[in-house]
Amino acid sequence: MATGSLAQTGAPVVARRSSGVWRDAFSRLRRNKLAMVGLVLVAALFIMGAIGPLIAPHKFYVLDVAAITENGFRPLHPFEPLSMRTGHILGTDDQGRDSLSRALDGAQISVSVALVVQFVVLLIGLPIGALAGWLGGRLDNLLMRFTDVMYAFPDLLLIILMSVTFRNTWFGQQFNGLLLVFVAIGLTSWVTVARLVRGQLLSLKEMEFVEAAKAIGVSDRRIVTKHLMPNAIGPIIVAITLGIPGAILAEATLAYLGVGVQPPRASWGSLISEGVKYIRSDPHLVLIPAVLIATALISFTFLGDGLRDALDPKLKGKQ
Amino acid sequence: MTSPSETAVEERNRVEISVGDNLATEVREREAKRATAENLLEVRNLSTHFFTVDGVVHAVDDVSFHLGYGETLGLVGESGCGKSVTALSLTRLVPDPPGKIVAGEIIFEGVDLLKLSNDEMRRLRGKDIGFIFQDPLSSLNPTLTIGYQISEAVRQHMGLSSRAAKDRVVELLSKVGIPRPRDRLNDYPFQFSGGMRQRAMIAIALSCDPKLLLADEPTTALDVTIQAQILELIGRLSDEFKTAVLMITHDLGIAAGMCDRINVMYAGRIVETGSTDQMFDKPRMPYTWGLLDSLPRMDDERGGKLRTIEGLPPLLIRLPDACRFNPRCPYAQDLCREKEPELTVREEGHLARCHATEPGGWIP
Repeated sequence: MATGSLAQTGAPVVARRSSGVWRDAFSRLRRNKLAMVGLVLVAALFIMGAIGPLIAPHKFYVLDVAAITENGFRPLHPFEPLSMRTGHILGTDDQGRDSLSRALDGAQISVSVALVVQFVVLLIGLPIGALAGWLGGRLDNLLMRFTDVMYAFPDLLLIILMSVTFRNTWFGQQFNGLLLVFVAIGLTSWVTVARLVRGQLLSLKEMEFVEAAKAIGVSDRRIVTKHLMPNAIGPIIVAITLGIPGAILAEATLAYLGVGVQPPRASWGSLISEGVKYIRSDPHLVLIPAVLIATALISFTFLGDGLRDALDPKLKGKQ
Repeated sequence: MTSPSETAVEERNRVEISVGDNLATEVREREAKRATAENLLEVRNLSTHFFTVDGVVHAVDDVSFHLGYGETLGLVGESGCGKSVTALSLTRLVPDPPGKIVAGEIIFEGVDLLKLSNDEMRRLRGKDIGFIFQDPLSSLNPTLTIGYQISEAVRQHMGLSSRAAKDRVVELLSKVGIPRPRDRLNDYPFQFSGGMRQRAMIAIALSCDPKLLLADEPTTALDVTIQAQILELIGRLSDEFKTAVLMITHDLGIAAGMCDRINVMYAGRIVETGSTDQMFDKPRMPYTWGLLDSLPRMDDERGGKLRTIEGLPPLLIRLPDACRFNPRCPYAQDLCREKEPELTVREEGHLARCHATEPGGWIP
């Protein structure tokens, strides 16, 4: 009797490690190849954004007049002998600015947009959704009609209007206009999160553990923040992750239209709009930022979809 | 326009209602005399209604009872008779809307809970009044650790530091019989078995040494062996902590084993109240007989049918002035359909709401 003798020899019983919600979710996420590809790419993008400008071979705004003159005032192409010799691996634009360095600067802008806009979204959407869902009644009605109005209004139009209106104010000048971009996009994107949080709270507040918490005298605010939010965190994370591509795209669109980040900062959107003029002769000027935008969008979407599956408790133990 | 005959009917009803009021006043006075200051809890004429689209549901209708310090009182009845709503009313946790406590007083240690502000009431919950819910799984938050959930009340009401709170939680967990409590603090509810979860719920309810424990069918979701353990635990701890218990159950067997006194509720009303001995020796209300009779017995014939009370409790929306049990009562006579009986004395401390068992009634 193997088990019996094992027990008699007093082999130490190894305590099971408590398998938390997060550990479970991550192990499910790890089995999802597409999500892992997304995660790796997202991580790469964040690293590019964080340390890119430090490792960039050139300053993104420096004009290499010598190189451009040598090339007959035409943009240097990637991997050409002249490009390699002058240190512009991915070539330059028509004014001799290094394409790689400018792409890295664009990465920084995209990453900051991804983070800050979602922060603004949480700042607005979470309280509005929580108030509406928890209190219900007339306030819920009021907040949700306001949300509907915001939802119905064309996002891009509002962003452009705000950008144009405030471009020349102090507020519009901060961080080369980036602050204005953050706020403008944030103000149009919180609607989804607010609705989601409201829906979550509407169903969660009927749970019996809420009544049990009330029965031991927990205050309303504490019930919402400590008891209900952890239960709603999964869908919120998914919504935030899936909201990021939209924010990045909106920022690029603004920059493309010339009302977003102001020069000399190089957003991927403004890189495309500058490069469009040379799309036949020098396609790399459009291709590099376009590929980067597409990759960023798709990797956040993969990650978001993966997180949705991983954080869904109904799928627990499957796959 | 109302026809003359209808007016006459209304007139007669009004007279009967005023007679009923007089009787009710007598009962109230008796209750008031007996309910001396020694009582921890006195509920007087409590009515809780639910305002629904179909009409006003009289879930708790003019209910009065009292509970002494350290006493265990059973509240027995079928589903939908207002037992749970009574308990929720005591802590003012009736979901509003649609529910509302429309009348009555809940005197807890001399203070009318219905007159307290929401904040004062919140400070009382969990501290002086503990609550054990029916289903321990859904009453525990799946995303918070057991340790956190037990410590919450302690930190909230006793102002303990997190370390002191942790020690208190360990003490409580070992009191409710959870082995190696220190190792289980960081466990989540899904890592506990059903019985352990209910033990944890009891630990939460008792965490601040409450004076009153409301146990709303604490064992319904558990299997029979665990049920016995949990009841034994509640009994032992209520003795130890000198906690009064309001035990809500539909199982008279549980009530017999645990309670000093028993209230039987039917259709939002208390229909019989008395000491446990009185209730089992000489119940004076056909509904109580029905409840007692529907308990399975050891000497039942093999393969025989279980006995039930035929029919269902009435809808609590439009109730006529009649005994609410009369459609299901085998002893009902015309009087039962015309006039609702009052809660009247049968013996010292034993009251029943039944025309038939009143002195001079047709059941001796």
